[in-house]
Amino acid sequence: MNTAALTAQPVASPHAHGGNSVTRTMLRVQLALVPATLYGFWLFGWPSFFLWLLTILSCLGFEAMSLKMMGVTRIKATLFDGSALLTGWLLAMTLPPWAPWWVAVVGGFIAIVIGKQVFGGVGQNVFNPAMVARVALLVSFPVPLTQWVHPLPLTTLAAPDFIDGLRIFLTSLPQPDAMASASLLGFSKTELSRGIDLLHSLAGEHAPVLSWIGARSGSFGESASLLILGGGLYLLATGVITWHTPLAVLAGLALPAAIGHAVDPAHYLSVSAHLLSGAAMLGAFFIATDYVTSPNTAAGQIVFGLGIGFLTWIIRSYGGYPEGMAFAVLLMNALTPVIDRFVKPRILGRDRRGKALDIPESKGA
Amino acid sequence: MSDNNYGSIMKDGLWENNVVFSQMLALCPTMAVTTSGTNGLGMGLATTAVLVVSNVLVSLIRHTVSSQVRIPVFVVLIATLVTVVDMAMNAWLHDLYKVLGLFIALIVVNCAILGRAEAFAVKNGVVASAVDGLAMGLGFTGALTFIGLIREFLGSGTLFAQASNLLGPSFAFLEMKLPGYGGALLMILPPGGFAILGFLLAGKRVMEQRLADKAAAAGEGAPAAA
Repeated sequence: MNTAALTAQPVASPHAHGGNSVTRTMLRVQLALVPATLYGFWLFGWPSFFLWLLTILSCLGFEAMSLKMMGVTRIKATLFDGSALLTGWLLAMTLPPWAPWWVAVVGGFIAIVIGKQVFGGVGQNVFNPAMVARVALLVSFPVPLTQWVHPLPLTTLAAPDFIDGLRIFLTSLPQPDAMASASLLGFSKTELSRGIDLLHSLAGEHAPVLSWIGARSGSFGESASLLILGGGLYLLATGVITWHTPLAVLAGLALPAAIGHAVDPAHYLSVSAHLLSGAAMLGAFFIATDYVTSPNTAAGQIVFGLGIGFLTWIIRSYGGYPEGMAFAVLLMNALTPVIDRFVKPRILGRDRRGKALDIPESKGA
Repeated sequence: MSDNNYGSIMKDGLWENNVVFSQMLALCPTMAVTTSGTNGLGMGLATTAVLVVSNVLVSLIRHTVSSQVRIPVFVVLIATLVTVVDMAMNAWLHDLYKVLGLFIALIVVNCAILGRAEAFAVKNGVVASAVDGLAMGLGFTGALTFIGLIREFLGSGTLFAQASNLLGPSFAFLEMKLPGYGGALLMILPPGGFAILGFLLAGKRVMEQRLADKAAAAGEGAPAAA
């Protein structure tokens, strides 16, 4: 704080500006995503890089188009506030790393136009745009959205080079069987449906340590739980998010998982498998904490987070899809206005029911 | 509209006061049956048939039915007509009937039909009412077919699929297929229907706004033309 700001002519009340802005918040979230993203590039090679790039470009392009069609005059300021970029980035993190190019374009359209701009743009959307696009893509194109590849780190010989990566990205040919793989959640669900219980199907496979370092198949950005967790802790430390939502999401997922696994380990995955698989970490720290689509109060955020975690566990354990984080987030987004209606912050000078507080001085008088 | 200006009645039904795009009526069948252009066309034509006849009948009896009992009388009339259409489609367009199923019977509670009886046929002559029913019905048919075509094209990459099966062999020329396109399943599902309807409504609003602006700009140059 410099002295010039303090001595400046007060325009209205003497409010000091904290220096925070939409752009700064978005930049911090993007910074928190960088490690997991870079690791994803290394793990899944050039096709994942093209996917990431095109998803972001498509989000920015559709944002610019929507703003122009709506007659917004300051397109540049709104376009580069980082919100559309972040939406595209988060969407790319949740896509299969070798998804073809049109998935990125269609995803960008759904996220920005249907998920965000039709509601009135940044800060107005009811649902998390990235999750709207993820779910719409999954429902619309089940095959390309559930084709996972084995991690082929860039440094290995078999990894596709720049040109091959471009070819995989643009032609969307069926991937060779040798590279096809299943995520842990998908694998366990398939085996269970075949009548093979988890004790046998998971024997020797999918050790939790692989999930921590991300050396397993899965969506492009969410496989390295440790790096996502690190990014989430950075967001906590910088005050971009509070602990309520992420902790509640993880608790809401871990508690039923622990009970289920203790009762019947043959049919319910363990807590570590639930917490380290799929979008659990990404959802808890980056998706559920979205300011716009989550409740305003700390207590409301805890209810919201517990709901997401619990619904995720329900969908994973009993639903038709192996992963339920995106569906759970959308369902709880829809409930956010209800939560905000019942869990309200206390009004200054009044108790929780809205009654005026007793003022000690007035008693003596 | 009592001046029997048929041109304006037609324009009203087809565009200005379109059942779906302007009055926002009959959205239940609109959402439910527009998974393909053929379904939309079939449903629209069935509704049009009911609408024309019900408008004529309501207009005929408008002086003999007192206003206290008019609504039950209209409902009985419309229900009779719908039953006739329902049975006729079951007999002659059985495949289409199987697809549309319940929604044919539900034309009874289609608010567009009772709405036109109330808003137009009780106040106007027989011929004008028939024209109004036809215009509104065709507007409805057009809207349903259009939404159905967009959803079908995006959702499965075809246009008027199975038209020859459902509407008869003479409609075979309508069928088209986009090769090598898997389709976005979401567009066939209800969310796709709502999204498409929303974009079309927004598009119509923008178009009308542009036309109004243009008319206003032209009106300044030649005020006498108004």
